[in-house]
Amino acid sequence: MRARARALADAAVVLALAAYAIPFFWQLLTSFKPEAELLRVPPLLPSRLTLAHYQVVIAQSLMPRALGNSLGIATLTTLLSLAAGVPAAYAVARLPLPGKRLLLLAIVASTAFPQIATVSPLYLLMRALELRDTWAGLVLVHASFALPLTIWLLAGFVREIPIEAEEAASVDGAGLVSMFRWVLIPLLAPGLASTALLTFLFSWNEFLFAYTFTVSEASRTIPVALALFPGVFEVPWGDIAAASMLASLPPVVIVIALQRFLVRGLVAGAVKE
Amino acid sequence: MTGREAAARRRALVCVAPTVLALGALTVYPGIWVLWLSLQQRIPIFDVSRFAGFENYGFLAVDPRFWSAARTTAVFTVGSVALEVILGVAAALAIHAQQRGRRVALSLLLLAWAMPAVVGAKLFEWLYHPAAGLVNVALGRHSINWLGDPGAALPAVIIADVWRTMPFVAILCYARLLAIPADVYEAAQVDGAGRLATLTRITLPLLGRILLLAVLFRTLDALRAFDIMFVLTGGGPAGTTETLTVYAYRALFQTLQLGFGSAVSVVVFALVMAVAWAYLRLLRAGTVAA
Repeated sequence: MRARARALADAAVVLALAAYAIPFFWQLLTSFKPEAELLRVPPLLPSRLTLAHYQVVIAQSLMPRALGNSLGIATLTTLLSLAAGVPAAYAVARLPLPGKRLLLLAIVASTAFPQIATVSPLYLLMRALELRDTWAGLVLVHASFALPLTIWLLAGFVREIPIEAEEAASVDGAGLVSMFRWVLIPLLAPGLASTALLTFLFSWNEFLFAYTFTVSEASRTIPVALALFPGVFEVPWGDIAAASMLASLPPVVIVIALQRFLVRGLVAGAVKE
Repeated sequence: MTGREAAARRRALVCVAPTVLALGALTVYPGIWVLWLSLQQRIPIFDVSRFAGFENYGFLAVDPRFWSAARTTAVFTVGSVALEVILGVAAALAIHAQQRGRRVALSLLLLAWAMPAVVGAKLFEWLYHPAAGLVNVALGRHSINWLGDPGAALPAVIIADVWRTMPFVAILCYARLLAIPADVYEAAQVDGAGRLATLTRITLPLLGRILLLAVLFRTLDALRAFDIMFVLTGGGPAGTTETLTVYAYRALFQTLQLGFGSAVSVVVFALVMAVAWAYLRLLRAGTVAA
């Protein structure tokens, strides 16, 4: 009985691993396959590997430009939403804020907010302010969209810090800014990392706003450039696979190198209700 | 009020001011504006802009395309969330039971969840390719046109979505499983509980609350899903994968009916808020009972 259950669990794990590993590997393999062999399957394995698709993507497509846009927009979004989110989370967690219940309700409600609900007015707003095709427009929209979850997560992390630390600082006569700088932020660092990763990934992956608020090809972000990847006669599957690999680089780095922080943020976001 | 308290309140207001400003300008204000837009007929290319009252909503009530999109949204949401929960719990239990390879398994799952939805959609578009797709090759050289056949497209989109988002459920459940103390299981073993009894009487009830939360988040995400069908099928073939969100988007930005499209997106908005509200009530009731 036990042995059979064991074997069943092992089989389930192997199956699950295969269901994820095979598609990743297939896409990776496709990105190195010679063009002529792409549509001839089987054989599954190519006769040789080539860097041609990467050369096309890097030298002839808009992907390098899109990578730059996405890196800039996601980084600025993260910084802006932390800059607004840290003080707000501190106020929610520690200070006698008038109207706190209302603000918390608004924060919970806006995490459920569907993007499609505000895309039409935001489009008109971006057009009126001439913010289409600019980093500033997307950064503002992404940051305000990420802000509720940022505050929610950070408020939870602030509550985990012993209050004595801040009290000691205020007895010492430290102002708010130096208390943040020397006491709160160092103690909050792991929580800040978790929150920053989630915000960065949100902005890096976001498609609807980025697609709607860009007009020119040069201002596209990674998901938009990939979704609209041009083909001349046929769909260039090899080039798309290579571009997908580039688009996945930051998520891969985050998942492998910073997994602990990512999982902590993911779980905290769901549990701290 | 003492001077100290007044100072603390002033500090608090200064701290939240940027947030209130940002949410007010870029969430609340557009949220009200969209309601106003939905009451208008706005077709910029024909220079039409007039107040239309509830005409847009009246049209929706008898619009077969709207009801078809509503049905697709319901099938997509129920199908994808149900599969995610079953497979997510199974994956969490299976990984938890392993001694080795946990980190590799978690990394693979996290990667599928963390990469852009557009990348996932492109990956599946290639897997579903009629001639050279791995899915057809694995099924023995059938040439099923997964994304072009009206009967197969919605299930194909659901599977792609489950693949991408099941890890979220699995990771939440796995984290909860790690938090269950070992002596709970030891006590069950001493009492002679079998594997099945341990699973149904101990593990699943302990997962209950986190599962409910996972279902809430996943349902909200499924209701507003856009990227995956927009890239994989664009709502086709023959509108079989057109959800309410895709319909709203096409009305807004492909046929440029700002008023009518806004009315569709207000419906999505109301639907999401209603579901969120119902779940939160359920959760609160559960907390009182527990």
